[in-house]
Amino acid sequence: MSRKILMCGNDACGEGAVLAGCQLYAGYPITPQNELTAYMSKRMSETGRVFIQAESELAAINMVLGASAAGARAMTSSSSPGISLKQEGISYIAACELPAVIVNVQRGGPGLGNIAPAQSDYFQSVKGGGHGDYRVIVLAPASAQDMLEYTYHAFDLADKYRNPVLILSDGLLGQMMEPVDLKASDRKPQIPEKPWALTGCAGRKANFIKSLILTDVELEAHNIKLQEKYNIIKEKEARAEVFNLKNSEIVIVAYGSVARLAKAAVEKARAKGMKAGLIRPITLWPFPDKIIRDAAATAKKFLVVEMSAGQMVEDVMLALLGKAEVNFYGRMGGMIPSEEEILAKLESLL
Amino acid sequence: MSKKKKVSRLKQANNELVFARPKSLRDIEMHFCAGCGHGIAHRLVCECIDEFGIREKTIGVAPVGCAVIAYDYWDFDVTEAPHGRTPAVATGIKRVRPDNIVFTYQGDGDLAAIGTGEIIHAANRGENITVIFVNNGVYGMTGGQMAPTTLAGQKTATTMAGRSLRRDGYPLKMLEMLAVLPGVKYLERVSVHSAQEILRAKRAVKKAFKTQIDGKGFSMVEILSMCPTYWGMTPLKACERIQSDVTTFYPIGIVKTY
Repeated sequence: MSRKILMCGNDACGEGAVLAGCQLYAGYPITPQNELTAYMSKRMSETGRVFIQAESELAAINMVLGASAAGARAMTSSSSPGISLKQEGISYIAACELPAVIVNVQRGGPGLGNIAPAQSDYFQSVKGGGHGDYRVIVLAPASAQDMLEYTYHAFDLADKYRNPVLILSDGLLGQMMEPVDLKASDRKPQIPEKPWALTGCAGRKANFIKSLILTDVELEAHNIKLQEKYNIIKEKEARAEVFNLKNSEIVIVAYGSVARLAKAAVEKARAKGMKAGLIRPITLWPFPDKIIRDAAATAKKFLVVEMSAGQMVEDVMLALLGKAEVNFYGRMGGMIPSEEEILAKLESLL
Repeated sequence: MSKKKKVSRLKQANNELVFARPKSLRDIEMHFCAGCGHGIAHRLVCECIDEFGIREKTIGVAPVGCAVIAYDYWDFDVTEAPHGRTPAVATGIKRVRPDNIVFTYQGDGDLAAIGTGEIIHAANRGENITVIFVNNGVYGMTGGQMAPTTLAGQKTATTMAGRSLRRDGYPLKMLEMLAVLPGVKYLERVSVHSAQEILRAKRAVKKAFKTQIDGKGFSMVEILSMCPTYWGMTPLKACERIQSDVTTFYPIGIVKTY
């Protein structure tokens, strides 16, 4: 049964975590994700779970590491500068193969930047972020409803692959209020058994969780095992939403809030007779290369639109392998591209 | 005493176990240098865990530093933590598993330098965890650099002419700093440089675990420990140095109790 309420994306994200059975949330104040921390302080207490306002982003991600090592579903959230601080912990979580959910409500950068929406943390999110050869599954919501659904799904993915999952949102998605259908509240989260978790060694051998592997041979073997897991994720989990792709001569690739604007631009372009379509990557890592490459069967031109200097555009080029022309339109510093700007860019390319 | 009785007494003595490896301590060779205090500190923790009968509900958090591979020596559940984040990791574990006994084992670099924020705030939240803080005044694993606890004038890899208070600041007294926090229930400084002090150290570690078992709040034991390798002296001289120099600045005794 449909039960719609008006929520901002940050609150919807928090509700997704509560519904997924998140047992510990640790956060630190930073705009534009503060609604999420406040929401969790209320909801986690109401549901008898753990909320901690940590002393730092470093402490918050490591509280998540500890809770996850102890077998609990755990989440932290922040915005760009705070996510930079969490990278150490994310590297350890990935290395220890612990499930965890991390939310980045992106803001303008670099440095302290500003508190307006941006997408300039794409490289950090999909290329590693912290030290070492590891990958984080990255989901890109485009609405408040997505914030709820993707966060719920993120916990399943994190447990399934014993890997950190990042929700890559932005200040627009986080703070904009939209109707959210709480139908998901009927769901019962399926939390798998975690025989590897630290629960006290009663009736079994002691478990240990670590990333320190001193011999080169063993550390390479561990890395190979991680890469094999990442290959399975690449094969199975790449997702994208496609819109008006049939017979498209030009395809926009955009994610998150920009994809919403791009969709409106594509509709207007179609009304004007332009054969334009849209691919919205839902997973940024693994990147939906195949969906993009297949679109090049008809489309000879691509336009990547981002709120950055051009980051995802590199992955689109890699996906296309020179099969089509790749163009880019971006705004930076918290500026949001308008439908008109995107439409004008489309028109200039046809 | 008849010969028969003597034999019987001897048999009894032979059958009665008076000293053995704690069940919580694995029977493998440790990597620590000769004269290092970590082996003793590891054992004390294990003896206390065994004596409380909590091995099967204990979760340890190992640091980055010389004790990084504690999970190889301890036979109970253990996780590693990024350098200094040890109390934050322990917080996460204890909050979701309040019925388990959770402790951190940290060196002075881990606890008093890179992890200062984490230890102060875990203590200030009154986390019901136990902290075993091993203070040997140097970064052992990385080659004997100055630690926050290095004494004034002490020579290390990064204070070749001795720690200069003007250039390097003052040695930190963590227990005294933490003592003012209401969430902190039990703090004691001990040493492992002599048999007598080891016995005292064990009583302190036991009291610290008891504090957690009884749900009182944050407890921490600072164990002054020898690092002959990076103090540049024999194990025996290192023990003497603790008595003559280290305990003068870091006095042994209970700093806070309930």
